[in-house]
Amino acid sequence: MDMEFSPEDLAFQKEVRDFIAENYPDHLRGKQDEGEELSKEDYLAWHKILYKKGWVAPAWPVEYGGTGWTPTQRFIFSEEIARADCVRLLPFGLAMVGPVIYTFGTPEQKARFLPRILSGEDWWCQGYSEPGAGSDLASLRTAAVRDGDHYVVNGQKTWTTMAQHADWGFFLVRTDKDAKPQEGISFLLIDMKSPGITVRPIITLGGEHEVNEVFLEDVRVPVEQRVYEENKGWTCAKFLLAHERTGIAGVASSKRGVERVKAIARTELDGDRPLIANPFFKRKLAELEIDLTALEFTELRSLAGPNAGKGPGPESSLLKIKGSEIQQRLTELTLEAVGHYGAPYFRGFGANDLGGDNEHPIGPDYAHRAAPTYFNMRKTTIYGGSNEIQRGIIAKMVLGL
Amino acid sequence: MDFTYTETQDMIRDTLSRFLADTYDFETRQKFINSDAGRDPAIWTALAQELGMLGASFSEEQGGLGGGALENAIIMEELGKVLAVEPYLPTVVIAGGALKAVGGAQAKALIPDIIAGGAIVAFAYAEPQGRYDLANLRTTAKKDGAGYVLSGHKGVVYAAPWATHLLVTARTGGGQRDRDGVSLFLIDANLPGIVRRDYPTVDGSRASEIYFENVAIPGDALLGGEGAALPLIERIVDEATVAVCAEATGVMQKLHEGTLEYTQQRKQFGVPIAKFQVLQHRMVDMFMEVEQARSMTIMGVLKLDLPENERMAAVSAAKAKISRGAKFVGQNAIQTHGGIGITQELAIGHYFKRATMIEGQFGSADHHLDRYERLTLAD
Repeated sequence: MDMEFSPEDLAFQKEVRDFIAENYPDHLRGKQDEGEELSKEDYLAWHKILYKKGWVAPAWPVEYGGTGWTPTQRFIFSEEIARADCVRLLPFGLAMVGPVIYTFGTPEQKARFLPRILSGEDWWCQGYSEPGAGSDLASLRTAAVRDGDHYVVNGQKTWTTMAQHADWGFFLVRTDKDAKPQEGISFLLIDMKSPGITVRPIITLGGEHEVNEVFLEDVRVPVEQRVYEENKGWTCAKFLLAHERTGIAGVASSKRGVERVKAIARTELDGDRPLIANPFFKRKLAELEIDLTALEFTELRSLAGPNAGKGPGPESSLLKIKGSEIQQRLTELTLEAVGHYGAPYFRGFGANDLGGDNEHPIGPDYAHRAAPTYFNMRKTTIYGGSNEIQRGIIAKMVLGL
Repeated sequence: MDFTYTETQDMIRDTLSRFLADTYDFETRQKFINSDAGRDPAIWTALAQELGMLGASFSEEQGGLGGGALENAIIMEELGKVLAVEPYLPTVVIAGGALKAVGGAQAKALIPDIIAGGAIVAFAYAEPQGRYDLANLRTTAKKDGAGYVLSGHKGVVYAAPWATHLLVTARTGGGQRDRDGVSLFLIDANLPGIVRRDYPTVDGSRASEIYFENVAIPGDALLGGEGAALPLIERIVDEATVAVCAEATGVMQKLHEGTLEYTQQRKQFGVPIAKFQVLQHRMVDMFMEVEQARSMTIMGVLKLDLPENERMAAVSAAKAKISRGAKFVGQNAIQTHGGIGITQELAIGHYFKRATMIEGQFGSADHHLDRYERLTLAD
C-alpha cells in the first residue's frame, strides 16, 4: 500500500499539466475569473480542444474512443483538470448517454451517435424527471405509443439541464402502462428539433438558466432510436444512475474550493485580525478540510483498493452523499466569509437571456457569486438521486435491509 | 498508487482473525477480564509463539516479519473487533516503536523478548496536571552518578499491572512545560521505589497510578538524547494514535454490524425495526462513519513518514475525525438497541465503552483540531 505516483504516472501528470497550460483558452479563464455565466460555445471550446487531443472521454473503452488509461491516470487527469479550474465537460453525452449507447446500443446506434458525442457536434440533455416523478422516477407518465415504425410521445419532463442548447435528448418514456412501474419503461433518443417539442426555461435561485421544462406533444420518434429492448429502459436508467454517481465526489474541485475560502478568509477582516484567525470560523474550516480528506481517501480506496476496476458499486452512494455535503458547506463558508458583500446581486456581464449588464459588480471580486453559488449548490444533495435516495440505496444494496 | 494489501498482510489478518474467533468470544473475554489477573496470559503467549504476531511489525534483522505501521494497524483493527485487552499497543507499537527508532544495544536487548512474548511494556507518560500535553511533566529524573533518580506520579498507565517494563517520560531539565529537557527511559517495572495502585478501567482493561519514590535507575535506561526526547515521544505517540484509530475502526465496525443484526431480529409494531426508514438511514450514517474511519486510518498510516508537520497534521485529522465518528456510531448503536443497549448483558454496550475511551485516548477531537489548525490554518 502506498500513495506515491510511479515515475510513469509523474511523467503523465506533467504531460497533462503542460497540455492544459499551453492549450486552455485565455478568454475562458477571463470569463471564469469574472464570474460570468458560460455560453454553449464556451463549454464546447474546451471540449473540442480535448477531443482533438483524444482526451475527451478517458472512461470510455478504447474501441469507442477512450484513452486506455489506468485508473490512476484517470485520477491524475481529473485532478489536474480541477487544479487548473478548467470548465467542466458536460456529463450528458460523455458520461451518461454515451456509456448507455456503447453498452446497450445497436451497431448502427453506436456508429451514428458516439462519434458526434465525442466531437461535441451533438449536445445532449436528459429527459428523466417529471413534475410527478422525482425521487420516484419509475412513476413517470410521459407515454410513447407505437405507430408503425415510430413512437408517438406525449408528456412533460422537467429539470432538464441545458436543454436550451441541446440537439438531442435521451428520454425515459412509458411504453406499457399496465406493467409494473419499472417494467413498462423504454429508453428513447429524441431529436430536440422534432416538431412538438417545446423548451421553457426555469430560473433557479441564483438567477441562472440551467434547467428547463420540456413539453412533448405528438412527437414522432423512429423506432430505431430506442436503445435496448422495449420495456427494458429501466435497465439503462439504473446503469446510468450508477455512472452518474462516479466522480460526483468532486474531491479535486472541492480542494480548490477550500484553498479559495482560505484565501478569502485571510483577506477579509474580523476586527483587527483576518477572519481566518477567528476561532469559530477556523474550526469550521478545519472540520471541512478534514472531512474532505476522509472523502479523498475513501475515493482512493475505491479507485486503487482491492475492489478497483470492478465498476461503480452501490458504495459510490457514499461518495455522492459526502461529496455533495462538502460542496454545500464550501459555498456556505464562502458566503459567510464575504460578509456584507454577499448581498449585491450581479447578473453577469453583457447581454444574456437574463438581461445582464456591463457595470462592474459591487464589492470584492470573490464576493460576486458567493450568494448565487450558495443558492445554486443546494441542488447537489437533490440531483442524481437525492441524498435520502442514496441512503436508501446503501441500506438496501450494502446493508441488506 | 496502490491501496491493496500484500499477501502477507492478508495472511496476518486472516490468521489473527481466525485465532481470535476461537479464543476471544465475548463470554470468554468477560470471564478473564473479571478474573484476578484481568487477562489470560496464555493468549499473549500464543500470539507471540504460535502466531508470530508480535514480530509482524519488526524488521527481519530484528527477528520480525519485516512489516511496520500498516501491520500494526491490521493487528489493532482485529484486536478492536474482539475488544481485546492484550497489551499490543504499549508493548509492540509504542515500546517497539521507540526501540526501533533508537536502535543500538537497548533495541538488541529487548526486541527479541517482545517478539517472544516475554516482555510486556506499559507506557507511563500521562500526569494528572498534563492533560494531552506530552511535555507537561512534573516527574523528574535527576542525574546521580552513572544513573538517575526518578520521582513523580504517572496516571492511568494502561497495562501497568501486567508489565515487565515501563517506558517513562520525565524531565531531566527545563520548566514544567518546556519542550527542552524531556527524556525517555525504559526501566524494569519492579525496581525498588516503584509504588503502584492498580485498578480496572471502564473499558475492561487494567491500569495503575504509578508513584516513583526516588527510584534509582541505570544510565543505560535512557532512550535517545538526554533532555531532547520530545520529538521522539511525539513520533511514537503519533504512531500509537494511528494504531488506536485502527482499533477504533474495528470497534466501530462491530458496533455497526451488531446494530444491523439486532434491528433485523427485534420486532415492534409487528415488524423488524430494521424496516423503519428512520433507523435505516441512521444505520447508513453509521456505515459511512465506519468507512471514513477506515479511510482516515489508512491515510494516517501512509503519512507517518512525511516531514514532522505534515505527519502531525495528518494524524490529528485522522484522530479528530475518528473521535467524532466513534462517538456517533457508539451512541447510535446504544440508542437503536433501546433498553437492552444500556445493560451489561450484550456485547454492544462493551464496545460502546471501549469506543468512548478511544475518543479521548492520545487526545480528544478538540485537542487534535487545535493541533491541526496550528499546523495548517495559520493567518
